[in-house]
Order: sequence, then structure tokens, then C-alpha cells
Amino acid sequence: MAVASPDLHPPIVELIGIRKRFGPVVANDGVDLAVLRGEIHCLLGENGAGKSTLMKILYGLYPPDGGEIRVRGQKVHIRSPRDAMALGIGMVHQHFMLVDRLTVAENLIAGQEPVRNGLLDLRRARQAIREMADRYGLRVDPDARVQDLSVGEQQRVEILKALMRNVDILILDEPTAVLTPQEVDELFRVMLQLKADGKTLIFITHKLRETMAFSDRVTVLRNGRHVGTWRTADTSPEQLAEMMVGRQVTLRVARPHRLPGDVLLELDRVSAIDDRGQPRLRDVTLSVRSGEILGIAGVEGNGQLELEEVIAGLRPISSGRIRINGQEPRQPGPRGRRALGLAHIPSDRLRRGLAAPLPVTRNGILGRHWQPPFARRGVLREPAIRSHVGQLLAEFQIRGRLDAPASTLSGGNQQKLVVARELAHGPRVILACQPTRGVDVGAIEHIHSRLLEMRAAGAAILLISADLDELLALSDRLVVMYEGTIVAEGPADRFTRKELGLWMAGQRPDRAGSLAQAAPDRHPAPPKEGAAHA
Amino acid sequence: MLEGTGTSRAWLRELAVALVAIALALLAGALLLALAGYSVRDAYWSLFQGAFGNIYSLADTFLNAIPLMFTGLAVAFAFRGGLFNIGTEGQLYVAALATAITALAVPSWPPVLAIAAALAAGAAAGAAWGFVPGLLKARTGAHEVITTIMLNYVAILLTTHLVKTRFKAPGPVDQTALIPAAARLPELVPTTRLTWAIVIAVVLIALVDWILRRSAWGLDVELIGQNPSAAAYAGVPVTSRTACIMAASGAIAGLAGSTIVLGVLHRFITNFSPGYGFTGIAVALVARTRPWGVVPAALLFGALQAGGLSMQLFARIPADLLTAVQGLVILFVAAPGLVAIVRRRRRARTPAAHEAHEANETCVAHETRDAHEARDAHETREAHETRNAHEAHETVRKRGANR
Repeated sequence: MAVASPDLHPPIVELIGIRKRFGPVVANDGVDLAVLRGEIHCLLGENGAGKSTLMKILYGLYPPDGGEIRVRGQKVHIRSPRDAMALGIGMVHQHFMLVDRLTVAENLIAGQEPVRNGLLDLRRARQAIREMADRYGLRVDPDARVQDLSVGEQQRVEILKALMRNVDILILDEPTAVLTPQEVDELFRVMLQLKADGKTLIFITHKLRETMAFSDRVTVLRNGRHVGTWRTADTSPEQLAEMMVGRQVTLRVARPHRLPGDVLLELDRVSAIDDRGQPRLRDVTLSVRSGEILGIAGVEGNGQLELEEVIAGLRPISSGRIRINGQEPRQPGPRGRRALGLAHIPSDRLRRGLAAPLPVTRNGILGRHWQPPFARRGVLREPAIRSHVGQLLAEFQIRGRLDAPASTLSGGNQQKLVVARELAHGPRVILACQPTRGVDVGAIEHIHSRLLEMRAAGAAILLISADLDELLALSDRLVVMYEGTIVAEGPADRFTRKELGLWMAGQRPDRAGSLAQAAPDRHPAPPKEGAAHA
Repeated sequence: MLEGTGTSRAWLRELAVALVAIALALLAGALLLALAGYSVRDAYWSLFQGAFGNIYSLADTFLNAIPLMFTGLAVAFAFRGGLFNIGTEGQLYVAALATAITALAVPSWPPVLAIAAALAAGAAAGAAWGFVPGLLKARTGAHEVITTIMLNYVAILLTTHLVKTRFKAPGPVDQTALIPAAARLPELVPTTRLTWAIVIAVVLIALVDWILRRSAWGLDVELIGQNPSAAAYAGVPVTSRTACIMAASGAIAGLAGSTIVLGVLHRFITNFSPGYGFTGIAVALVARTRPWGVVPAALLFGALQAGGLSMQLFARIPADLLTAVQGLVILFVAAPGLVAIVRRRRRARTPAAHEAHEANETCVAHETRDAHEARDAHETREAHETRNAHEAHETVRKRGANR
């Protein structure tokens, strides 16, 4: 396929015909990649396309089964991250490799402690860290303990860690997944600064918006194969999406206008505590009407999980009332909720939504396995189960066998199975939590259109998602949660991404009295230090 | 498990693994014997003779296997519900005493009724002994391994105490009086002590197997065992089910004691069990927690026990060595790493579609995107790195747990 015209810069990293298999699965099948000196190169692909594997080979975490790696024109063998660092290659992982209880400075010098007279010279270390941080605008306090830092700050520490080791090729593995929009902007600023300083950046992502926004070139991987490399300016999101998925994809969902009907889900001043007795939900009042999608925005860990569990009947409420379909559940727990017409797509399919080792047939009736037609007098009725679950598979185009354990399905197919199961019984209220987390573009498209179908059919949908694009695309109204309270609510089209980001970070957008309203009677808590920068 | 070609293949594969493990254990045992200076041929010949040589030794094998079927089934069933019932030994003691007392209390009842009542009393006592740790686990989170182990001591000492103070028959031995003939289980094969207990065991195994595969209640059990969070999500009352699973497991284990009293000893004798409850754990492991797997696994251990006696008598080999061989069987089956290495070599040449899926999962998890899944992915990656060493072992273990 198309390869970008040779730039003035020579390639600093060349991967030629890299092959890697895990057992019988081919993760990289002869992948070529050329990264030019001083560019921001996006590695784009769906989950399982082989992006991380490829970069872990470059970083020395996996030995390749075949192919060649050249760095600065020289053929090299990278056997460990140590080798990679010696070549000036650093990597910031999705999961930070920091010691929580140590300070930033201690984390940064671990493994190469500056010593004076046999003693640790922390002052010199601090000095070096400050210089490095100032140079790239990586604001972080060297004496803060890592456990007290926000996710964004921790990421900065990781980047600093690589820079302190004189890295000039930096791999970032899905760095934006855990950040608020403001933190993402901050990260991009840092990346541009690094680029200006002559560093080369390889950026793994599956988000088209980010790719378009600031990469110089983009390489798309699909099923472990190199699809192509383009100059970002020469391509478009639609083209890239097609390359990622291998077929045409609709990026925009059509959400026809619809007049909302009766209130079907109602929370009245609901509070709840977490497992450690800490209050996590405070006086949450909200309602969702028939034919309406209410989106819950917020940085993860601000009470969304507790909100989900409270509505689903998996966590007791300490005060307040919940009404589903106009009634308070008589029976505690999920069964009472289901009886009132609640469907629940849980935020964590593997922890909660599926019993992965059990067959697809069993997972397809989870939660209704005591009811006719699936069971009569406690005896499972195999024919009814098989025909029902078989129908689900066909309707949602789920690839998998009925008798195979659900763990054999791909992530996207597992999620489709959960969604199919929950939507199968004509629910009145749908609690959709992270409905497309960790699934590929094709499955996202499918799940979104199903949710909109349910909306058209008059269901009330509460959508909890960490994905702003998803929230903005699907929601009629939005609510922002911060530290267990609702800090803002309003029609979805009245929020800008920037405003949402500020609300999510616990701040009030500058233009007070903006079209989206702050929730009445509630004042946002003072922002956490450094949680976001307006 | 269910219909389908894949699962029957998996079943055969597991059988093959178990057989290879047994062969390896016997091989390692041979090495031990040789090192200790015994004739391996003589030893194994007398082992075989003692276990299968004639109708009496065969009956002996079965006789040893029957209580192991009950205790093995009890442990396996609890396992399926994610619970580790180490208390089968105590459960069978309280059940045995309850059975003996009941049988002695109804001397004039017709046989069927007396036997039924005595069995029911035993099952109820075993159930109570299992229910308590189950309830503690469900309500307070007290780990069932600890509580069941502790209750073993309580059961053994309590039954001894009760016999000594309340139910002792005259004589030097701490035992109850003989139960009336009407309450004794009839012999299945004349002149052996093989009774209808084996029929009860097999019927019970069939029942448990059916419950796990075909009933909604059994699906609750499997759900709790595989993923308690998903069970709660599905509306399964996890607390009460957990207590019920332990009670059912205790009842099954109790029947081991009851059938020994009604069929073999015809009375309760203190400290009568040579560790049927503990061997039951090994049986459940070898059976890979499948109800029907309990039958061959119990027979294997029954044969080792019966053959061990003759090995001791005729080849003059200390019983300790046989205990070592038994231990090796458990080691090879329950920790199938070594067996798996052999399998992995072979699999490297013929990759099965099945494994492809599993590995695929790992790769998918690899590139997940959010913070939350990043954690999972990280764990998966770690699993990946240790995969080379443990890959096949893990696969086998998972499969064991799946079924």
C-alpha cells in the first residue's frame, strides 16, 4: 500500500519483517515499520492488531521470532529493556511501573542513584529532575509521593524517568486512555516540546481523533499485518477507520430527535458508601425518561461504579430512593430490579458480566436461568436455551460456538453477548456501563446502533462511560460526576469537550452561567492540586 | 460436559492426562523402590494381585473405594461451588455416630425404613457439620479451609467423648453396641463385605452430575464457583447458596461414615477412619472435580490401599513406600506441570483450535485501552511472560476448573 514519500530525515528505527507468535496465534506477521528521526509517529490499530506486541519487541520485552531491527541504520539485537535503553529507546507503559510509596525523586533515580561519599545525593537528583522537568514543561514535585499523584502526574513521572535515562526514542503505549481531556492536552504539549527538542515519539493508540490531531505520520496495523503508512495530512479519519477495520465504518451515529416520555428511572437523593465505609455517592438525584439517553461523564473513580451498583441492586443505598419503571423494587438485589424491567450492561464484563469458563449457552441466560422458558421447576430446558442463545448469536453476529466457554470469544464478541443478553427481554430501563470498553470499532458501531434502537423503542437509558466521544455521540442529556456528586447537568449539545473536561476535573468553567448549568445547590469541591490545569 | 464434539474430546484428553500421571507416579515409585533395594517387579506384582488378583481382592478394592467415592464426591461438589471442604473427615465421623445411634434406636423398624432413617440421620449430621463453616464463610468471610479443619478435630473428639460417656458397649474398645440386623446394608456379592453402599454412591454421583449440568440450582453452584461477582450480578443469593453448598457437601461426605457403619462395621468405633475424608480430597483432585471422574479416581486409591496391604505382606515392603506412591499420584495429577510439558511438546506440532482461542484472548487483553483494563492487560502480560514455563500447566488447570 501507499508509503509516504521519503522525508528529509533518515529513519531512526526500522523494523523489517517482524514476526511474533504466541502459541498458534500470530501477533505480528512480517510487519515493517520505519520511524523517521524527530517525528511523532502514530501506531494505529484495533485491540489485538499487534501494536503493543510490536513495540514490546522493539523495547526488548519480547524476542521476535523473525525479522530485523535497525536503529540509526545499524542492525541490532535487543534482548532486554536494558539493551533498548542503551540504544536510547524508552517506553511509557499503559500500566505505570512506579513504586507508590516512594517519592518522585526516589522513583526517578532508582537503578542509577547519584552517590557522593558513599551516600545518596538526593539534592543533586532533585536538581537534575527540576531541570529536566522545566525543560519539557513536565510539572511535577520531586518530593511528592507517587501514591498522592493524579494519573496524569504519574504519567509525567514515567516520561521523566525515560528522559532521565537519555532516551531519544520514546514509545508511549495508549497514553491517553486514562487521562481527562485537559491532561490529554497537557500531554500533547509535552510531546510537541519533546519533538521540538529532536526526540522521536512513537504513539500507540486506537483513537482516530488523537491521531489526526498531532501525529506527523501514521502506520495502521490490522490482524498483525502492516496495512500501510501515510503522512497524516494526506489521510482522513474515515480512511483510517476503514484501514483499521478492513471495511467501511460509519463513524457518526444518527440520533434522530425524539420527544422523551415518562420518567422510567428515578434516583432521589441517593447516597452510598464503598466497601471501606467511605461515602462515594452523595445525594445524587437524577431521572431518565422513556426514549432518552442520559450520559454520566466523569473521571473514573468519582462514584460512577457505586452509582452503577446502587441502581443494579448490587450495593445497598445508605439513604434516598430509587424508582424503576415507577416502582420501588420490593425485592432487594438484582432480581427485583430485573423484574421491574431493568437491563444491566456491567462496566466489567469479565468480572461481572460473564462467567467466562462456562459455556456460551449458560452465559446467554445469566440472570434469567431460573425463569421460563429457560427453566421449569428448577430444571434447565436445554432446547429453549439453545434456540434462544443461538438466536442472540445470529442477531448480534457473534462468532462463537454455543458449547464453547465464553472465554474463547474475542473481547468484542464477549461484550456483544452481554449486550445481546441484556437487551433480549424488552427492557424498560437500561443501565449501560462502559458498553464499548475494550472492544473493536466494528463492535462499537453495532452496540451503539442497538442502544439507539432501544431508545427509539422507548427505553430509558443511563449511559456511564469514560469515553467522551461516546457520551457526546449518544446522549440526549449529560450529567458530570465529581467526587460522588453531580456537579453539572444539561442537554448534551450544550457542553463543549473543554467544559466537560473542566467539570470532570472538579473545576467550574470560566464563563460562569454557561449554557450548561451547574447542578443546583451543589458547589464543586476545591480542585485537587494539580489534578488539571485550566 | 454438554453435547458437542469439542467437549468429548476435552474429556478424553483429561483422561489421557490422568493416565499419564498415574503411569509417571508408578514409574517414580518404581525408582523409589529400586533405590530402597526392593524388587520392583515383586512389589508391583503383589500390589496388582492384592488389588485385582481375585474376587476377594477386587472386593477389597471396592470396599476401600466406596467411602472415597462419597468423600471424593463431596469435595468435588464443594470445589465446583468454589469452596474447599477439608472437613469431610469430621463430617463422616459425626454422620457415622448419628447413623449408629439412630439404627440402635429403631430396633423394631422394618429394614428399608430403618436403613433409610439411619442414612438420613447421618446425612443430616454431616450436613450440619458442613453448614456451619458454610454459614460462617458466607456471613463473616471466615475461610472455610480453616473452619473445616478445626471442625475435624471437634468432630473426632466429640464422637469419642460421646461414645465413652453415653453410648459405649461393654468391653475394652470404645465402640457402640452392634446395630440390629434389620438396619444393616445387605451384601451385594455374597461372602464379601461389598454392600448396596456402592449402589447408593453411584446413584448419588449420577444425581450430583445431573444437578450440576441440568438444573438451575446447579448452574447457581457453577456460577458461584467460577465467578462469584457474576453470580451476584445474575441475582444468585450467594450467601445462602454458599451455606447450602457446604451443607450438601457435608451430607454427601457424611454418607461415607454412615455406609461404613451400616455396611461394614455394623457399629460405631472411635477413630475408625483411616483418613477417608482426607484421601477424598486427593480423589476429587484426580477426578478433576467431575462427579463421574470420582468413580475411577476412588477405585485407583482403593486399589492402592488394598494392594498396599498385600505388598506389605508378600513383598515385605513397608507401607510408607506405598503412601509415597499415593503421594506421587496426587502430585502428578494435581500439579500436572510435568505431564503438561510432554503435552506441550506434542502440541507444538499440532496446535489445536481451542488453544488458539485461549492464546488469542491473551493477545486481545494485551492491547486493551482503559486504565482499568490496562491493569488486567498487565496481569495478562505477566502471565504471558511466565507462560513458557507454565503455559500448558495453566491450560490443564483451567480446563480442570472449567468442568
